[in-house]
Amino acid sequence: MKTIMRRVLPGFGLSLGISVTYLSLLVLIPLAACVVKSLDLSWEEFTRAAWSPRARAAYWLTFECAFIAAVINLALGLVVAWSLVRYRFPLKTLIDALVDVPLALPTAVTGLVYASLYVKDGWLGHFLTPMGVEVAYTKLGIVLVLVFTGFPFVVRSVQPVLAELDADEEEASAVMGASRWVTFRHVILPHLLPPLLSGFTLAFARGVGEYGSVVFISSNMPFKTEIAAVLIVSRLEEFAYREAAAVAVVMLGFSFVLLALISVLERWSQPHVK
Amino acid sequence: MDESGVSTMGHPCHNRYHGLMFQRLLLIFVGIYLAGATGWVLWSARVREKGTTVNLLNAACDPTRELWREINTRFVEHMERERGESIAIRQSHGGSSSQARAIVDGLDADVATLALWSDTNAIHKAGLIEDGWENHLPNRSLPFVSTIVFVVRKGNPKGIKDWADLARPGVQVITPNPKTSGNGKWSLLAAYGSVVLQGGSDAEGQEYLYKLFAGVPVLDTSARAATMTFSQKKIGDVHLTWENEAYLEVEEAKGALEIVRPPISVVAEPHVAVVTANAKRKGTFAAAEAYMRFAYTREAQDIIARHHYRPTDPEAWEKHKETFGAVEMFDVARLAPGKKGPAEVWAELNRRFFSDGALFDSIYTRLHGGGKAP
Repeated sequence: MKTIMRRVLPGFGLSLGISVTYLSLLVLIPLAACVVKSLDLSWEEFTRAAWSPRARAAYWLTFECAFIAAVINLALGLVVAWSLVRYRFPLKTLIDALVDVPLALPTAVTGLVYASLYVKDGWLGHFLTPMGVEVAYTKLGIVLVLVFTGFPFVVRSVQPVLAELDADEEEASAVMGASRWVTFRHVILPHLLPPLLSGFTLAFARGVGEYGSVVFISSNMPFKTEIAAVLIVSRLEEFAYREAAAVAVVMLGFSFVLLALISVLERWSQPHVK
Repeated sequence: MDESGVSTMGHPCHNRYHGLMFQRLLLIFVGIYLAGATGWVLWSARVREKGTTVNLLNAACDPTRELWREINTRFVEHMERERGESIAIRQSHGGSSSQARAIVDGLDADVATLALWSDTNAIHKAGLIEDGWENHLPNRSLPFVSTIVFVVRKGNPKGIKDWADLARPGVQVITPNPKTSGNGKWSLLAAYGSVVLQGGSDAEGQEYLYKLFAGVPVLDTSARAATMTFSQKKIGDVHLTWENEAYLEVEEAKGALEIVRPPISVVAEPHVAVVTANAKRKGTFAAAEAYMRFAYTREAQDIIARHHYRPTDPEAWEKHKETFGAVEMFDVARLAPGKKGPAEVWAELNRRFFSDGALFDSIYTRLHGGGKAP
């Protein structure tokens, strides 16, 4: 008599099959094609295309801006999620819905609107420029649009966890004499750390890949404000497909390592809940 | 045997029932999908059968949008009237080299009307346009040409008259990135040519470009983006652009901008070509050829002049030249002395100015790269 392992819900084989197929078709095959294309280059050609000072400046700028923007989103997203979950106020539903707008808005529109607001004659720019704050066509501008495009991620990952949190624990902590900070640090934060980290990861990844909005708010100067995606496009325009792929592969490598690191962090943060 | 295995789960009938349900649902979905797909394929074939309309796709560069729209309407009327043929033309617009890439990668365009010789030639190199395409149509496949002029703010507050004024300290120049934009390439070549063709040395030309780009506050990736930066966002003192674009920009600005023509500038040559391989495969070659030749007729040349492109038909040019300002226009071939034919000329220009690590890159390395050579 043979025993067959059965799971409670049917369809494991089917759903795994579909997942693997889709993941291959949508993610792995295009990425592999990109790597294969860049492998046409010799090692010297590869390093010249993907590791020139200009390319290195572009990688640094891309990751730096995405990182700063994700950190800002971490703080901002927590505050927004907190007020949406914990308080009642007029127009709450509307504000809740507005959180997702950055995902739906074409990013080119974001870039154009931000650029025209912050240029020296723009609505905001003509107050800021005299104060010495230049946003349009600077690194600050890039960070700003990345904050906008990555905004929903932290809010949306923290919100459900926060809603599930039992206020009893906080009250117990307060009753036992803990200060507000201690309550936040030791009672609430451990629960929020995993969703915060995953929101951060999403916002960061989104920022690294963003092109449409950055291209309009950045002055796209090599070495100064040129992000890696613009560099890739400019190589494509020269019909230098392989060189463009080489830059993309380096970006992929960096992104993969960084995302892996963050996911290790995320796993490390899990036991703190208990 | 199987039954007993399932029975370890506890509710065999229940489970089996769900399995069957699932399979049945799946079959229904597959059935609907197949029926829909078959229907769609049949329907589209029927639609294709119905008319004898010839469909042409023109892959054009961005600034020619309005021009081709008008020529298309006239050409369709012309074919209907003269030959009783029904033609429908679709337009695709984008940056010149992205259009070239799209065609190389499989965009089914019948004709390519791009801003740069090297873009059209990239399609030729991919084997889609026949050898010697340049001489296939009259006047080196150029129904019209243009040139690079300056657009300045009203009253020309910085007193910009000639190329030398662009390199003055405190003058901000708007020009798109020559690496990503045909407009940017022509502007850079015009600027360089203004030095070396008026007695300057190559070193002086390079130094001039360095000073010019030191005053470029934004490097937009496309020509239209640069136009927006200058006219909408009001960045910069002078905008380098095609003459026809300059007219559009000045009309749009309603008096806030004006055109300044430098004494000397480059002949910008937007070649046209029939994408032979696509047109022959689709059986549209004759129509595509007639379409391109139509651009040389008196009717089309008048439209061209009205859109501020310079017509190349000598009679049409005589008729319209009053409306264009006098600019001494030089051929880019003069910037690549000793090179014969456009293939050699553009290879040389790309090698010296635009390719990786060439002059344009070295300008930016010097400006922002801390002196480190790439």
